[in-house]
Amino acid sequence: MEHRYIGKPLLRLEDRALLTGTAQFIDDIKLPGLLEAAFVRSPHPHALIRAVDFSPALALPGVHAVFGYDDLRRVLTSDMIPTDKTGGDRFPATTWPVVVPKDETCFAGEPIAIVVAESRYIAEDAVSLVEIDYEPLPAASDCRQAAAADAPKAHRAAPGNVVTEFSTAYGDVDSAFVAAEHVFSVALKQHRGGAHSIEGRGIVASYNGASGEFTVWSATQAPHKMRNGLMELFGLDEDGVRIIVPDVGGAFGGKNVVYPEDAIVTAAARLLGQPVKWVEDRREHFLAAIQERDQYWDLEIATDGEGRIAGIRGKIIHDQGAYTMLGLHTSHNCSIGIPGPYVVPHYRIDVAVVETNKVGAIPVRGAGYPEANFAMERMLDAVARGLKLDRAVLRQRNLIPAEQMPYEHPMKTREGTPTIYDSGDFPRCQAQALAGADYETFNERRVRAREQGRYLGIGIANMMKVTGRGPFESATVRVGRSGRITAFTGAMAMGQGTGTTLAQICAEHLGVSPEDVTVVTGDTSVTLHGLGGYGSRQTVTAGNSMDQAAREVREKAIKVAAHSLEVAEQDLELADGEVRVRGSDVAMPLSAIAKALSGAKGYSLPKDVTPWLQANVNFRPPDVTYANGCHVVEAEVDIGTGGVKILRYVIVNDSGKLINPLLAEGQIHGGTAHGIGNALFEWMGYDENAQPVVTNFAEYLLPTATEVPRFEVTHLEHESTLNPLGLRGIGEAGTVPAAAAVISAVENALESFGVQICEAPISPKRLVELILQAKQAH
Amino acid sequence: MTDRRRIALTVNGLQRDGEVEGRLLLADFLRHHLGLTGTHLGCEHGVCGACTVLVDGQATRSCLMLAVQANGRSITTVEGLAPDGEASHPLQAAFHERHGLQCGFCTPGFLMTLVEFLEENPEPDEAAVREALSGNLCRCTGYQGIVDAALQASASLRETSGQ
Ligand code: FES
Ligand code: FES
Repeated sequence: MEHRYIGKPLLRLEDRALLTGTAQFIDDIKLPGLLEAAFVRSPHPHALIRAVDFSPALALPGVHAVFGYDDLRRVLTSDMIPTDKTGGDRFPATTWPVVVPKDETCFAGEPIAIVVAESRYIAEDAVSLVEIDYEPLPAASDCRQAAAADAPKAHRAAPGNVVTEFSTAYGDVDSAFVAAEHVFSVALKQHRGGAHSIEGRGIVASYNGASGEFTVWSATQAPHKMRNGLMELFGLDEDGVRIIVPDVGGAFGGKNVVYPEDAIVTAAARLLGQPVKWVEDRREHFLAAIQERDQYWDLEIATDGEGRIAGIRGKIIHDQGAYTMLGLHTSHNCSIGIPGPYVVPHYRIDVAVVETNKVGAIPVRGAGYPEANFAMERMLDAVARGLKLDRAVLRQRNLIPAEQMPYEHPMKTREGTPTIYDSGDFPRCQAQALAGADYETFNERRVRAREQGRYLGIGIANMMKVTGRGPFESATVRVGRSGRITAFTGAMAMGQGTGTTLAQICAEHLGVSPEDVTVVTGDTSVTLHGLGGYGSRQTVTAGNSMDQAAREVREKAIKVAAHSLEVAEQDLELADGEVRVRGSDVAMPLSAIAKALSGAKGYSLPKDVTPWLQANVNFRPPDVTYANGCHVVEAEVDIGTGGVKILRYVIVNDSGKLINPLLAEGQIHGGTAHGIGNALFEWMGYDENAQPVVTNFAEYLLPTATEVPRFEVTHLEHESTLNPLGLRGIGEAGTVPAAAAVISAVENALESFGVQICEAPISPKRLVELILQAKQAH
Repeated sequence: MTDRRRIALTVNGLQRDGEVEGRLLLADFLRHHLGLTGTHLGCEHGVCGACTVLVDGQATRSCLMLAVQANGRSITTVEGLAPDGEASHPLQAAFHERHGLQCGFCTPGFLMTLVEFLEENPEPDEAAVREALSGNLCRCTGYQGIVDAALQASASLRETSGQ
């Protein structure tokens, strides 16, 4: 069927307010009597809190309150932040996040008390007047050392720093290694920094003493998770806490949990009976917003004489930070994400999740898949080097052939169900990317460049990312009595263009244009349930809900109009906001139908319709969908300075049917830029005592317009068979293979020196070091 | 304890005044005293560029400047970019058409940086645009839409100025 809006690169509906400065972000919320907060944060990675004295701070004019553990606990039902503890029954109790530590602080930057004042300026003045007597304790910093039995413990009361150990395995890997012709090992150090949305976190909480209810504005990715967490903490039900999310200035995983700050600000509003605002500054984002951080990988890959993979085995040590804030998502994804689009017959990865005295580590855009991809692609480059095979040929040999689709992978999903790749063509994806990047003629370019003393390299990475995770997402389409169409969803807009995408889907069925549909995200009072934005899931889940809800509204409108106009349903069409009899001017506007359905006098309703011109659908995907892609990068390395310049960046991505190709491409661009940051720039440093040594954007480098190249993107659109619209996710697709592809190109450029790169990010300084080492070794 | 001073300045063509503490940042004055919340703060230490406004026509980081330093000066913020308050400035139109924004939090800073840049460099190439934007951080777009928007806007600005 030819679509009017689905699949079209429409310009965004969101832009006008954002371009004129009239959008409302969290720091723009104004309420009468609004007070502002600042946090007293632990300067120590690990310390006992022996005594607190708030009196000097309280004496400062303009300060309304200083609250610590004892004050806050009076209005909270628990010391702990409500969090998903799935699979964590046997974790030490100390690993679960606390609201405010009672007597032991476990990372530098942990909130110990809140100051509420007339302005943020005064609140910050007062923070410096709060006196806390700390007794510093030894800290766990490097996760490898922290895993040792005699290491300083991240929590005094924990049995040790290893939160859990688990294995992801299938087949008989050890026998496969015994039988294999070749075995190669790779040891990797991987690091991903923080989320670093340009807008930080933030919250405005207000409490209505008469009703006992909270209204909370929050810059969150997951409003319902925030609602559920806060209602539990204050002993309320769903009606007791309303979360409203204003415009969100990016999130990328950094706004996907209930943080201590959220609970504390809300408690302060409750205690004071006055609204309180806190907006995170960048230093706080470095100190106390989640990161993905450090992992150490020891891997082996076994192959036959032609490089066909026989098995993969290895170990991961994962730095979880001081608290388990979102289960094992990152580390588990790492353990299942390695094979991706390749045939890997036998497999075992052992993972140790280790606590350190740093802020909790949870998924940042990509969620462990970038690390898994880096590991796989580094192994394949090692095999190619060892067997003197072309890297593209080796990959082609190991990719799952298109004829084998749908392919049941021996890996189990996170839920323990089979992994089934429903459709796609991975070899074609790679072939197209190589052709687009002129891979065949690269050697000529490399030789010419060498004649000028320049070092060029080319890198390849194939990726696969789980997307579209359920169990559901909500969409409600409502036509009001005025005829206006509003679509409510539990999906959360935070910059992706969710409003436009969902409006396109809705308008497709209702005979209106997308601008006639108002999409409302981020309000728990109008959308009672939802999961929100993470894991490249929303277009797949909410998109299909919206599709079905809009169809239902259409059917209902036609049924009511047929009844009122006394014509057959098949003679009616929906266009321009009315249902009309085809080829005549007899029509019934949607507003009249909506009125009829909401019980207006003078209208009779067909017997079998429910009241209201509205439909609610919670599409439940039968399984996750998989996005795949191939990145090919050509880069130049300055061997004197270690500087890397990306010359070309070619992407072929398959996220199934695209609702809006323009916005899809934007997702790929942004995601890939994030991955380039992970490859070359972003490093969240801590010293050996777990003290952060990177706390601003001068020390932590985000990629800028001069380092990010022009992306050449092509989309394959193998429609998923698992949802009616044929969608797969896209938000993280660009991020996953970027570090692998970029570093493969850098290593390739330095091939003549024999440099091997086993870490990400790689700084210019480190590259020069590796070049010098390699020169000395030869 | 606080020293307060009266300041008078022009903001988006209007005469504004206020009594402010000496330490008040220009960004906070614009946002919270004048209610011009289009100017955003992304780092408060002069790196991200989100807070960029024009001070006497020059792109300036309003997180690094005090309100009192703006006394007597003329400030333009994103709200003053198009006289009708619509997104009708060629840069705004181009950002919309080239998908130069996602969350839009960084966008006012990019727009204001580009206003000055395109005035001084009416016919830049891509490399020059990227260089000019290298002091502004965007986490969402990967910059390509922004760069394309800047190039498109420079062309339409040249057209309207009859060059
Ligand atoms: S807020 Fe001023 S440069 Fe970042
Ligand atoms: S559009 Fe989100 S930071 Fe630039």
